[in-house]
Amino acid sequence: MRNLSDISHTKQTKTGATGVSKKHESAPKHVAGTAVYVDDMQEPRGTLYGAVGYSSIAKGRIMALDLASVRASEGVVDVLEVQDIPGHIDIGAVFGGDPLLTSDEVKYQGQPIFVVAAATELQARRAARKAIIQYQEETPLLDVTKALGEQQFVRPSHFMKRGDQDAALANAPHRLQAKQHVGGQEHFYLEGQAALAVPAEDGGMLVYSSTQHPSEVQKLVAEVLNVPLNRITVDMRRMGGGFGGKESQGAAWACMAALLVMKTGRAVKVRLPRVDDMSMTGKRHPFYNAYDIGFDEQGLILGADIMVAGDCGHSPDLSDAIVDRAMFHADNAYYLPDVAIAGHRCMTNTVSHTAFRGFGGPQGMMIIERAMDDIARVIGCDPLDIRKRNLYGGAGRDMTPYHQQVEHNVLLELIEQLEQSSDYRARRDEITQWNSTSKVLKRGLALTPVKFGISFTLQHLNQAGALIHIYTDGSIQVNHGGTEMGQGLHTKIIQIVAEALSIDPNEIQITATRTDKVPNTSPTAASSGTDLNGQAAKNAALTLKQRISECIAEQKGCTIEQVSFADGKVHWGEGESMSFAEAAQFAYVNRVSLSATGYYKTPKIWYDREQAKGRPFFYFANGAAVSEVVVDTLTGEYKVVGVDILHDVGRSLNPAVDRGQIEGGFIQGMGWLTTEELKWNEKGVLTSNGPATYKIPAISDTPKRFNVDLFERDNDEETVYHSKAVGEPPFMLAISVWSALRDAISNVSDYNVSPALDTPATPERVLHAVMATKAEMARGGES
Amino acid sequence: MIRFLFNDELVCLDDCSPDTTVLEYLRTIAEQRGTKEGCASGDCGACTVVIAEAIDGQLRYCNVNSCITFLGGLHGKQLLTVEHLQQSGALHPVQQAMVDLHGSQCGFCTPGFIMSMFALYKNTHSPSRAEVERGLAGNLCRCTGYRPIIDAALSLAGKSGQDQFSDSEQATLERLTTLVSETPTGQLTYRGRHFFVPTSSDELASLLLTYPDAKLVAGGTDLALSVTQQLQQPNVLIYTGRVAELLTITDSDAALTIGAGVSYSEAEPLLHQHFPAFAELLDRLGSLQVRNQGTLGGNVANASPIGDTPPVLLALNAVLHVRTGDQRQSIGIDDFFLGYRHTALPESGFIERIEIPKQPDQQLSVFKVSKRLDDDISAVCAALALVIEEGHVRAARLGFGGMAATPARALKAEQALIGQPFTEAGIVAAQQALAQDFQPIDDVRATGTYRLMVAQNLLLRAVYEQGADKEQAMEVVQYA
Repeated sequence: MRNLSDISHTKQTKTGATGVSKKHESAPKHVAGTAVYVDDMQEPRGTLYGAVGYSSIAKGRIMALDLASVRASEGVVDVLEVQDIPGHIDIGAVFGGDPLLTSDEVKYQGQPIFVVAAATELQARRAARKAIIQYQEETPLLDVTKALGEQQFVRPSHFMKRGDQDAALANAPHRLQAKQHVGGQEHFYLEGQAALAVPAEDGGMLVYSSTQHPSEVQKLVAEVLNVPLNRITVDMRRMGGGFGGKESQGAAWACMAALLVMKTGRAVKVRLPRVDDMSMTGKRHPFYNAYDIGFDEQGLILGADIMVAGDCGHSPDLSDAIVDRAMFHADNAYYLPDVAIAGHRCMTNTVSHTAFRGFGGPQGMMIIERAMDDIARVIGCDPLDIRKRNLYGGAGRDMTPYHQQVEHNVLLELIEQLEQSSDYRARRDEITQWNSTSKVLKRGLALTPVKFGISFTLQHLNQAGALIHIYTDGSIQVNHGGTEMGQGLHTKIIQIVAEALSIDPNEIQITATRTDKVPNTSPTAASSGTDLNGQAAKNAALTLKQRISECIAEQKGCTIEQVSFADGKVHWGEGESMSFAEAAQFAYVNRVSLSATGYYKTPKIWYDREQAKGRPFFYFANGAAVSEVVVDTLTGEYKVVGVDILHDVGRSLNPAVDRGQIEGGFIQGMGWLTTEELKWNEKGVLTSNGPATYKIPAISDTPKRFNVDLFERDNDEETVYHSKAVGEPPFMLAISVWSALRDAISNVSDYNVSPALDTPATPERVLHAVMATKAEMARGGES
Repeated sequence: MIRFLFNDELVCLDDCSPDTTVLEYLRTIAEQRGTKEGCASGDCGACTVVIAEAIDGQLRYCNVNSCITFLGGLHGKQLLTVEHLQQSGALHPVQQAMVDLHGSQCGFCTPGFIMSMFALYKNTHSPSRAEVERGLAGNLCRCTGYRPIIDAALSLAGKSGQDQFSDSEQATLERLTTLVSETPTGQLTYRGRHFFVPTSSDELASLLLTYPDAKLVAGGTDLALSVTQQLQQPNVLIYTGRVAELLTITDSDAALTIGAGVSYSEAEPLLHQHFPAFAELLDRLGSLQVRNQGTLGGNVANASPIGDTPPVLLALNAVLHVRTGDQRQSIGIDDFFLGYRHTALPESGFIERIEIPKQPDQQLSVFKVSKRLDDDISAVCAALALVIEEGHVRAARLGFGGMAATPARALKAEQALIGQPFTEAGIVAAQQALAQDFQPIDDVRATGTYRLMVAQNLLLRAVYEQGADKEQAMEVVQYA
């Protein structure tokens, strides 16, 4: 570069960027159809398309694998089998157990056996169906309670304990026991799994992958190919949704594509059609939970013995951490004085269940929220009173079962604010009155809180990097380790960098997440995307600001304190200034590096798993929701008619984006607990394998009354601009819908019976609960 | 050859595989990848496009799922995709509204939403929330929770539906008219396999005699799944959507007669007038995309045990007018469904029209129970056509879906109802008789136990809805 850019026309007027509802950086492209996803990219000449052949049985052995007709099928170029893999066969994310392909043992229906590459996608798919596979079939283990009874675990159990729960339970005036099944959930990201691998020099590859974890894809591709990591670059511009489903389980398809590139020398794309995606990829863990709980006459919990058992599927994948997180959230927002929590990782013959928004937290919370309603029916008061009474409080009531002190607790205040704004008490009275005159329909109301721990519980993941380039026209490229899956991470990062440099956000371009720009990144998961990457990007920006300030101070003969960035300008001395672009050119001409990395690691956190003690979470995000439902006692059909939410996002970086996360998380959580039903038949075949049979919420499921407010208050911890993570916590606000359904059902017993209601609470389960509640009432029994 | 307008560009094709879907055409042949594949089964709406068709001298804009629409069906129509909405680099009002109101997150479902919202914008000025929900119920979004999308659609209130397509409407109409008059029948042929677009019943009858194994494509909303999911390659497809005789609706004092190729959307206004309970069911049959394509004739001929219109047609004692070659015959709906997906339709025969008798003294109740209110397949669908005199049931025809291998009447329950008072006590025998009529199975949607319990309870709902409590909301959809 000899001539510098003409920057005389650049205007720098807009400044300060966090705290405003900046539109999603890709919004104009989304609506115009120009936002490019992996499957939309222009393929290199000669690209082949892969289709995966997978097992039709859930357990057994492959006795004969005849792929002759596959190879002979029209358009087929090559077939990948397990013996073709030069490096690692097992791509397990944390522990082993996830072979990329199998030729022998089958552990779930949908287990990949081979991959065929053909000239077109349709040819590959047709060919894959021509395999003749003979199995020796065995009886699959599909029942989580059976796995628990037989101690068929993918990982050892873990236990937390504080005080003497046995004594507390024995001495409590009231004692209740209950069990529940909590269903799993298909991610149903609208964009299915996809990867495109393109050959590069020195045995390397450029892999475009729809993944939340580019660094792990890079590592696994390198390992299956048996090449060093430096030969592999992974590029991720955007996903069409992830929700955890592309954290560990986006990697297999990239590995398959890469291996086929190695075999054929041509670019290869592997994209899963919906049914294949739903059959071959893991879901939210179904859980089987139980509580044994003691409480006093006011419903205050005295002791609790809680068990959570995750149905992990056939292998560990991320289940160790997921069941841990279920345990970390089995208290939700409530102080349990003497408590024991056991967490089990059950093995069954299904796909390996994986990360999904909340990462076990939602399943863990379900058991204590069930207890709150059950206690209220015994004591004979509004469940909201029981919930408020049992919240974490000040000294003596602020210690979690894992010995982390709950600091900066805002929940009581938040709940009372919502109680007022939602008009909870008046509505409660009106609903009870209405129900007494309604023959068929019964309405229900519930308020449930969320306290969600923020940080990866695997400590080393709590780090991030960023890379910022300032070019000589003043325009900026930002790259960081986080991935964009719709959550608005890139938008927030742009705002953070704009604020750090006091420049117009429009001067900032975010580029695809790439392993050759920022290495060794963590998955974009655990709600941590902005907390970690935002802070890293801010640190990079501050480094550059410092360099430019030093240069100006030195050249202009002022102190560094006299240099400031504001309104898109750099000011120095006595009222002198230049535009940011001029400052960039000035620094360049004075031979200052305008490229910087930034790094961040979360402070304060630790966890001693041996002792089950520590501070696994940097802080907690909080929220509460009031849901109102109406239930048809003849059919079990129901509708969510009103939702009021107050959610704690700290100081909001972008209120519109945060609200989007809250609303979207809530509706997704509502789907998990209501209509989204995963069904495997007695042979272990997933029968709810497409959107015709697996029903995520549709537009009229969104309640007409849907009030969402931010509980805006600076995070007391030193997070990026004192914001709080928002990706996962709102998901669990939907527990209020389930609780409201139980409330409506309980009404048929005049609130004497606390009905069991496993999830998903489909109309069928609701009707059965209505019948069971009426039957129990007829017997004159209490629950 | 088939000819259609791709926005304003004339496309002529003749050697495409007959089972090519519009989505496949867009993404792999035209390489226009703004339109996304979410499920390839017509259930998510990510692939939604709009088809404009000249009807009675006007352009009618229909959103459809391109993944289950066969390319040949575009003959004589205009195809609009998300790429076509911008004008001179400026976003279309529906696009701008979605940007302004934060209606996209991951963006993958967005092009489909944009196209459904575009159709809504063209067809319904200042839509109500209920109309927005109806218009967008076939589009799934996994990120937003829909609130900002609803707000975006509502924010277009007061806009007149004007845009560049309005400006060129006359020119487009003329081009389509010319196109159809130049090439009335369409055909794709590829390696000896065909897609035919006949225009008359005679042509259709003759094609079916020549190709008795041909598959008829009406809406194709179920047939297309055999291609996109089972990867079947049918040899001959014949499209009924341009057969004039199949597209007529006749409204007489005695009956409403609907051509077998009439889409649900087109049939809805007259059904609403004469059989409002039937029309209300249509609101929950599939999605708007499906109703814009699917037909009553297809739903009947397909004979799925979970099709939603056969139970109603059974209750209403419909008559099917069937043609085979030059032979025409009437088949009562009671005699049509012979077994699982097996009907009385003769080889090379097709349904021309469906006659629904009007019986002024008959009360029709239709209930659909499914997991989700929008775009779901029934666990149980019940249609009760009753004649009640002085509180007693004089005549009863009960049609059920989801209860047996075919859509079926509950004959024993009907007998148990007749002569009884239509009250809680009076229907007990009929409720019990339902257990003799049906032994429903367990499947992914519901257990047999639930189906039977719901079917029995729906009789009770009908009693309540016609009894002393009829002012009270009895269904969640009425309450909310």
